[in-house]
Amino acid sequence: MSDFLKIEGLKAQIDADGTPKEILKGLDLTIPKGEVHAIMGPNGSGKSTLSYVLAGREDYEVTGGSAHFKGQDLLELEPEERAALGVFLAFQSPVELPGVNNANFLRTAVNAVRKARGEEELDAVSFLKLAREETSRLSMSGEMLKRAVNVGFSGGEKKRNEVLQMRLLKPSLAILDETDSGLDIDALRIVADGVNSLRGPDFSSLVITHHQRLLDYIVPDRVHVMAHGRIIHSGGPEVASLLEKQGYKQFLEAAA
Amino acid sequence: MPAVSETREAVEKLAKSNYEWGFETNVEMDLAPKGLNEDIVRLISARKKEPQWMLEWRLKAFRAWQEMSEPNWAKIKHPPIDYQDAHYFAQPKKKAGPKSLDEVDPELLKTYEKLGIPLHEQEMLAGVEGAGQKTPVAVDAVFDSVSVATTFRKTLAEAGVIFCPISEAIIEHPELVKKYLGTVVPVADNFFSALNSAVFTDGSFVYVPKGVRCPMELSTYFRINARNTGQFERTLIIAEDQATVSYLEGCTAPQRDENQLHAAVVELVAMEDAFIKYSTVQNWYPGDENGKGGIYNFVTKRGLCKGDRARISWTQVETGSAITWKYPSCILAGKGSVGEFYSVAVTNGHQQADTGTKMIHLAPDTRSTIVAKTISAGKSDSTYRGLVRMQPKARNGRNFTQCDSLLIGDQCGAHTVPYIESRNMSARIEHEATTSKISEDQLFYCRSRGFSEEEAVGLIVNGFCREVLKELPMEFAVEAQKLLQISLEGSVG
Repeated sequence: MSDFLKIEGLKAQIDADGTPKEILKGLDLTIPKGEVHAIMGPNGSGKSTLSYVLAGREDYEVTGGSAHFKGQDLLELEPEERAALGVFLAFQSPVELPGVNNANFLRTAVNAVRKARGEEELDAVSFLKLAREETSRLSMSGEMLKRAVNVGFSGGEKKRNEVLQMRLLKPSLAILDETDSGLDIDALRIVADGVNSLRGPDFSSLVITHHQRLLDYIVPDRVHVMAHGRIIHSGGPEVASLLEKQGYKQFLEAAA
Repeated sequence: MPAVSETREAVEKLAKSNYEWGFETNVEMDLAPKGLNEDIVRLISARKKEPQWMLEWRLKAFRAWQEMSEPNWAKIKHPPIDYQDAHYFAQPKKKAGPKSLDEVDPELLKTYEKLGIPLHEQEMLAGVEGAGQKTPVAVDAVFDSVSVATTFRKTLAEAGVIFCPISEAIIEHPELVKKYLGTVVPVADNFFSALNSAVFTDGSFVYVPKGVRCPMELSTYFRINARNTGQFERTLIIAEDQATVSYLEGCTAPQRDENQLHAAVVELVAMEDAFIKYSTVQNWYPGDENGKGGIYNFVTKRGLCKGDRARISWTQVETGSAITWKYPSCILAGKGSVGEFYSVAVTNGHQQADTGTKMIHLAPDTRSTIVAKTISAGKSDSTYRGLVRMQPKARNGRNFTQCDSLLIGDQCGAHTVPYIESRNMSARIEHEATTSKISEDQLFYCRSRGFSEEEAVGLIVNGFCREVLKELPMEFAVEAQKLLQISLEGSVG
């Protein structure tokens, strides 16, 4: 299986009140096509930074290393070009867009991406049909399509809205940044189902989480432990339960 | 329509003639000499074949204007305007226009392309010399709009609605014009309204009789001679008891004009239970990237809710002009009458806008709503200036004001200047104001979903303006959304 996402020696820093602060310190990670990998790690280990850097957020300056996706240099691309290539980031804190109709936002996004991928754009009717199917699959009320993007949404609604976007945009690499936080058990199941049903030979995912709980539903092919801006341990799904029982201590000590 | 063909003949005749200096006797000339004096006012009146009372009205205004000085309270800056260094009467043929599209600001042409405007219309909008006269296609376009206008006039006439150039109304319906002209905006109301009253050349006149709901949206677009009356436009709209009318002014395409100074006056009169909706999309040329050559737009717009339960609603999308000075207002004189003001003002580059509204509550149970959205980008400066006044008799008067400013970049400015005067204890006035920037979070969120940066800005700005845009008639709203995005291109990154 070819390497789908290949990250080598990635270093990135952020400007913290005028002084650069290095957060990613030489990270290596490879996700083959069709696999789901999880990243777990203590707070401040750089998990969210990794997701932002992969999606193209400009506040983070890449100072070394590389990231390739489908053979392309990901770091050279604008965020919207990465989206067209198939990268999707489900935000940990989805952003509110006052006055922007959710259905309109989704349709414009879907069509922007379809156009960039050389696919036919969806007209309003077929889009709405698709969107209704997907919202009911995620047990979302159809009302949410009429509201402004994420405005006044509960935490759980925001997360489902992210998964809705993911399903509509049909990415080949979905990065889920703590999508489980703030979800009750029923919502968690629904969200996990939303991800699992996309699984297949052309879909890879990077699931960032604090808890094993999510990984009970989205069973990963590999689990990576991240600390201090690096991957310090990689293993099978059993690593998650080990972490849940024993914490990060042993991995941190082994890496030191 | 005899009046229309007459106008057309006059235009053709004047277009063929050459400018000569002997202006007092030469009926063929198309441009009065520079300067403003009583003779020029008399000349305009004579050329319009106006009755004596109209001339006297103009002269009164001119004399008042001479005693006045330019207002200086607005937050705008411009070099002094030399009022003697301008032509106050010019017929359609343009002297100063570019010879062809090659001479037009290429940025302007790009915008036309984005809006999908056909070439011959581009020429007319850009003020290319002779456009619409020598190009056969353009002439057809003009003739088309004549026939469209004619058809509409028939429908309107059947409903009893009068919709015609005000110059025609002065001659055909003097009793109506005499009764209402200058009653809402008195000739000496302000410096620019006085100037307009003295020298206005044309504009629209609308009269909707009692109980009539005007069968269509009235638009300046269908008025044959609208294109050349931009400088000192005069509009008067009267809705009798229970009458309803919606009027659209302007055009989303940026319009060029060789006259830098524009000073329009609009008066609305709404009688008992009448409703007047007045929508504007203003996109006059804002100037080149250094702000040169843009239009100065000094406008006086005011509506009088004369009858009980009358309602006047102003909606404006202001994206053009180098300077915008404009405060569409409502005088709520009828019991339970309603005034509304919905505004989006966008400034980019070096544009300056000082705009807002006045809601004057005179009678009991009057209500007003103000929703003003200000967007500043580039090096521009935008001010919302609004007055809400509750007079002693305006018992239980209510006002709700919401002013939101959105800043793009770090070199622009937005200011909110609310004036609130309440002279009775039962009135309720609410004011909300916010200032925000388009956040990096919002931009990144949209871009990670496949939007380009400019699309993202357009999306966020349209969301910000939604409450106002939804007040616009449907087709206008769609165009306005597109326009907002285009107006802000290049403002980020």
